[in-house]
Amino acid sequence: MMRGVWLPLLALAALAIAPLAGFSASYEMTLMARAMILAMAAVSLSFLVGGAGLVSLGHAASVGVGAYAVAILDANGFTDAAQVLPVAIGAAAIFALLTGAIAIRTSGVHFIMITLAFGQMAFFTASSLSAYGGDDGYTLYSRTEVAGARLLENRLAFHYICLGLLAASWAVASMLLASRFGRVLRAARENAQRAEAVGFTPYPYRLVGYGIAGAMAGVAGVLLVNATEFVSPAMLSWQRSGELLFMVILGGVGRLWGAILGALVFVGLETWLAELTPHWKMIFGPLLVVSVIALRGGLAGLVAPRHG
Amino acid sequence: MTTQLLLVQALNGLQLGILLFLVAAGLTLVFGVMDFINLAHGVQYMLGAYLGASLAAATGSFWWGLVLALPAALLAGLLLEVLVFRHLYARDHLAQVLATFGVILFLNEGVKLVWGAAPLQVPIPALLQGGVEIMPGLQYPIYRIAVLVAGVATACGLWWLVERTRAGMLVRAGASNAPMVSALGVDIGRLFTLVFAFGAMLAGFAGVLAGPIFSVEPGMGDNVLILAFVVIVIGGIGSIRGAFIAALLVGLIDTLGKSLMPDLMRLFLDASAARQTGAALASMLVYIAMAAILAFRPAGLFPVRA
Repeated sequence: MMRGVWLPLLALAALAIAPLAGFSASYEMTLMARAMILAMAAVSLSFLVGGAGLVSLGHAASVGVGAYAVAILDANGFTDAAQVLPVAIGAAAIFALLTGAIAIRTSGVHFIMITLAFGQMAFFTASSLSAYGGDDGYTLYSRTEVAGARLLENRLAFHYICLGLLAASWAVASMLLASRFGRVLRAARENAQRAEAVGFTPYPYRLVGYGIAGAMAGVAGVLLVNATEFVSPAMLSWQRSGELLFMVILGGVGRLWGAILGALVFVGLETWLAELTPHWKMIFGPLLVVSVIALRGGLAGLVAPRHG
Repeated sequence: MTTQLLLVQALNGLQLGILLFLVAAGLTLVFGVMDFINLAHGVQYMLGAYLGASLAAATGSFWWGLVLALPAALLAGLLLEVLVFRHLYARDHLAQVLATFGVILFLNEGVKLVWGAAPLQVPIPALLQGGVEIMPGLQYPIYRIAVLVAGVATACGLWWLVERTRAGMLVRAGASNAPMVSALGVDIGRLFTLVFAFGAMLAGFAGVLAGPIFSVEPGMGDNVLILAFVVIVIGGIGSIRGAFIAALLVGLIDTLGKSLMPDLMRLFLDASAARQTGAALASMLVYIAMAAILAFRPAGLFPVRA
């Protein structure tokens, strides 16, 4: 479990040093913030996919619910983190629990499709919020304040908050998976019937796991909307969910830190290719196909191949 | 809401349903027989529309465009199968979702590169221009009726192919138990390729038909793909009959919802808010229907596998 773990630690350390080592231009800081926030969302999805075996194609919706909670509170004059965070996390968790309660009753392909359907519902709900921009999206009046201070407007502070929360979500997800709760989740992933035979009902465990992943995605949503000071229904589209899944796969399913690597590589690749050509997706698409076909264990599989 | 408008919207809904069925038929067979999630099925619909549009423009005739686009769509499907999909049959659904997502990115962008980002207009063929009076004082475009007829005819042909021919029997057998069919000495790999190419051609056919009605633009396949997935999940994966019924259901719910919901919302909201909220709610209706059906019948309306 711990092999190769030096790589994500190295990546986090590099992110910690980067602003001090000269990478502090606004463009670079924006890019790093985006990478760290997406990494957080990807870790929460990896917890679901790799940990609980629940392949969700609607995870971007949870991120979006968190982001829209911030936007709606902002429009009504609530910008303090003490109010915004609990509401956003709660909203994302409740969304995940409600949709999960139905989705987890199904399995396999049906689960993928029903999470996609719920994601689409959230997407269309967001486009119907005419008071908050509808299709065009909503621009924040101000970033979330921490105890009255405009902390998040300081680029450096925002950078370290993102980094800290990313590390925290990795730690929390790892601890959860290693706990008794996580062991039941993993057992049910490997073989639900055997898990039932030894006396566990997978459903409540999976549902709670789904809710926790949703809440973590909600935190990523809060950061994402603060990073861009803008939210639009596009944040919830199924293509975003597909990209999050790609980060998880690229990094390697079954290792939470794989998702961090996957997200960093994804954002880096996307930015680099977009600079090369406006038609970068023509390179990106085949790269995705090749990485899925050839790179079975993901990037994590390269540095720490599994045995047995 | 008058009866006339309701009738027109119902016809539009059926016609959307028929197009969805043409896309979903290939998808449900590929899904049912090979247990393979092909997100790239929607771009095959888009490719069909583009091929039809540009071949029609090149030959000066919609009909030549249609005739030439079908084998071209078939070839494109075969090419994708050999290059990408073949390597994914043995992999899990997650890998299939992602690799085919990559194909979508590539083809959506490729279409932009070749044909530009602006939508193409496809003229309605001269033979099918104008409208007919379906009720006193109510004209309905002939072309849309022709699409309905062509779709129903294709559905009948497909039914005959699947229910009454040897190839269809193998496909049905494959959908209920592929390893068993293979064990009985059928070259399942060749059957997969055949089903695949045929499905791609059907999606392409739907794309050509849709050309003169909807605008032909990059990404046009994405929405159709998601709706087609809803159709096959509601209908029961692998079931042609289920796909047909679910496609008409989804087409009707979507179209009628979009025309009725804004009016319904006006009872509670002011005009502009009602339009926006109504449209969004209407878009959600099919997903609500799908979630409801899956919650009570997790295997869809007409499950193939026991």
